[in-house]
Amino acid sequence: MKILVPIKRVIDYNVRVRVKSDHSDVDLANVKMAINPFCEIAVEAAVRLREDGKADEVVAVSVGPKAVQEQLRTALAMGADRAIWVETAEDADLGPLGIAQLLAALVREEQPGLVLLGKQSIDGDNNQVGQMLAGLLGYPQGTFVSGLEVVDEGIEVVREVDGGLQTLALRLPAVITTDLRLNTPRFIRAPDIMKSRRKPIAHTGAEQLGVSPAAGPRLLAVHPPEPRAGGIRVESVGELLERLRQAQVI
Amino acid sequence: MSERDLMEFDVVIVGAGPAGLATAIRLAQADPAPSVCVVEKGAEVGAHILSGAVIETRGLDELIPDWRERGAPLETPVEREELYLLRDAQRSWRIPEAISPPSLHNSGNYLVSLGNLCRWLAAEAESLGVEIFPGFAATEVLFGEHGEVIGVATGDMGIGADGRPKDNHAPGVELRARQTVFAEGCRGHLGKQLYQRFGLDAESTPQHHALGIKELWEIAADRHELGLVQHGTGWPLPEGTHGGFFLYHLSRCQVAVGLIVDLDYPNPWLSPFDEFQRMKHHPLFAATLEGGRRIAYGARALAKGGFDALPRQHFPGGCLAGCEGGTLDNAKLKGVHTALKSGMLVAEEILAAFAVGDPGGRELTGLEARLRASWLYEDLRVGRNFGRSLHRFGTLLGGAVNSLDQRLLGGRRPIRRPGDAPDHTWLEPAALSEPLSYPGPDGVLSCFDRLSSVYLANTAHEEDQPCHLHLADPSIPTGSNLAEYAEPAQRYCPAGVYELVGEGGDDPRLQINAANCVHCKTCDIKDPAANITWVAPEGGSGPNYPNM
Repeated sequence: MKILVPIKRVIDYNVRVRVKSDHSDVDLANVKMAINPFCEIAVEAAVRLREDGKADEVVAVSVGPKAVQEQLRTALAMGADRAIWVETAEDADLGPLGIAQLLAALVREEQPGLVLLGKQSIDGDNNQVGQMLAGLLGYPQGTFVSGLEVVDEGIEVVREVDGGLQTLALRLPAVITTDLRLNTPRFIRAPDIMKSRRKPIAHTGAEQLGVSPAAGPRLLAVHPPEPRAGGIRVESVGELLERLRQAQVI
Repeated sequence: MSERDLMEFDVVIVGAGPAGLATAIRLAQADPAPSVCVVEKGAEVGAHILSGAVIETRGLDELIPDWRERGAPLETPVEREELYLLRDAQRSWRIPEAISPPSLHNSGNYLVSLGNLCRWLAAEAESLGVEIFPGFAATEVLFGEHGEVIGVATGDMGIGADGRPKDNHAPGVELRARQTVFAEGCRGHLGKQLYQRFGLDAESTPQHHALGIKELWEIAADRHELGLVQHGTGWPLPEGTHGGFFLYHLSRCQVAVGLIVDLDYPNPWLSPFDEFQRMKHHPLFAATLEGGRRIAYGARALAKGGFDALPRQHFPGGCLAGCEGGTLDNAKLKGVHTALKSGMLVAEEILAAFAVGDPGGRELTGLEARLRASWLYEDLRVGRNFGRSLHRFGTLLGGAVNSLDQRLLGGRRPIRRPGDAPDHTWLEPAALSEPLSYPGPDGVLSCFDRLSSVYLANTAHEEDQPCHLHLADPSIPTGSNLAEYAEPAQRYCPAGVYELVGEGGDDPRLQINAANCVHCKTCDIKDPAANITWVAPEGGSGPNYPNM
């Protein structure tokens, strides 16, 4: 079975996000970028399935400008066999639907048995691509997955739902989106970084895939949350109650 | 535990700063090029490096002559400069250019982010075939059977605070090389071991250090003057404490502001962090910063001993490069061009040895002559009186002496050295020192506390890992350090790592908040009992400086 793993390049989760002073967007100039943590979990899950003999090829794919090749290299160093870079312009105005359309075209070309991707990216927080992709392809979907097991002709997944855990059996091919608790991604070993440089990254684009992706939502402005006002120290329980009444919270 | 991987290269370089990357690039420019690997403890190249920075292009001109065409991030030429002596919290004297020391003139120099310059250098190095491994901390020097250096090992990943491997444990890797170059920057933790093992500083004075604290601000356009450089000294540092400030107007309405405090200061009550916060209330800074917002913070120790403290740069199987070898030019307040030069000299010496079939493991003694014949050595020699004068005659008179010395005598005037004692020995007992009090944080203009500052350094350490700040004797902080010096670590640390809990009570203890660490190395330098050893934490931990 072939597994396709779409991944996204996002701001590193250790970096404090800062809004540009003209509020046009988040400032990404020279900020550390990384593979989206949920996508990293998806790569790890795919590589483990291959290591367990449940899959024979892991293909990482990313949509974006030239820089996304860095994250594809990371996926290759983690153990993906090859990668596909779907190039878009630096200022391409793509939303979840456009991305899902491009990925759907790629899935039709590659014919993977399983598409494994992060449930959402930590920058847009849209949580839409996986679902849209399954819809466009007419594939079964298992979202927010914290456990998965390949069984004879299909796959069983454990979903994190509001009320607890839900177990579903899906027929393949299917789309699965990963949640935080599915696994802890491995540390990359130095020899694997060198090996990753010899693995191929194929190049394609919207035109080659025959897709004119839908435009994304237009970003009007970005504002950081209001800074939290400092607290005060009260002298007694009586004063505390008094203050709480003043603030009309009790 | 599983076995460590073993990888072999011709040259392994520790640290992807200007010195390490210059070494790598010069090596890779050769034909045939040796195989070169660079390990960097930061999560990416540039994540841990911090400098003002005004740079002289001389080093880069020699390394990559067409750096302009290749898009090096030297965007902002120095347009105008001012030198100040701050007299007190309100007043300042502007020192006319005609009488300021020539070494402080910056015409033709560029304002840069050293982190961005390193990111660019790393891309150049990789395009030449250099292997760069960011996120891998070299934690161990490997020695051969004759005691020669044969490489380094990187630390294991995924070790818990209890020292046991966690589920995601991955063993480190042994990187073996014919020559290993240590370019960790000032007070590198492997370099410190090499100094001791090979007596590298036996012939020189002890290294002198300073702590630089820097912030990046985004300011109002009408207060911004692209390319303006302001330097100065004086207030708020008390008498007997040396240092100086910088304020640089960078592109995109950003300014870099910083204070550098020499670590031979005597008063244990001194807090470099609070001095810096207080400094920004001076009208000279307030006029620029008011209405702006702070966007980044960081700190790093620097080696400023210069000529007198220059150690032996070679030992069997390896060399030092850049600030690890003390090549910063203190008279010019610049270390980037000298680090680049130092790296190139090391690379050229290695290439010369390899050309005649050097099998590796040898001591490249020819590096000494190569260094002595270079402009780097001559610059350090001419500049050596700079620090001596300031220490001996005080800031004002010393500055004038420097100016005369450099203009008329070419740095030849003999001045006694400031003292051969290492920085940690200069503290005086707390009881005999004047307690210093600092205004609390106002959080608006210029005063912030350590924690809100560390937040802007984007520092991150996996919490479940062994503490990377080792105490040789755990009783010292609350014993002699507390009794004699009121435990100065809580004040000199610019990141709030050291916290004294229960002070004044029966059972005070030192809490080490290792996750706050910004890897500046000050504690390793300044602890009066030399009791603290900084070691590299899990690779990829530490600050994530953008544009610093």
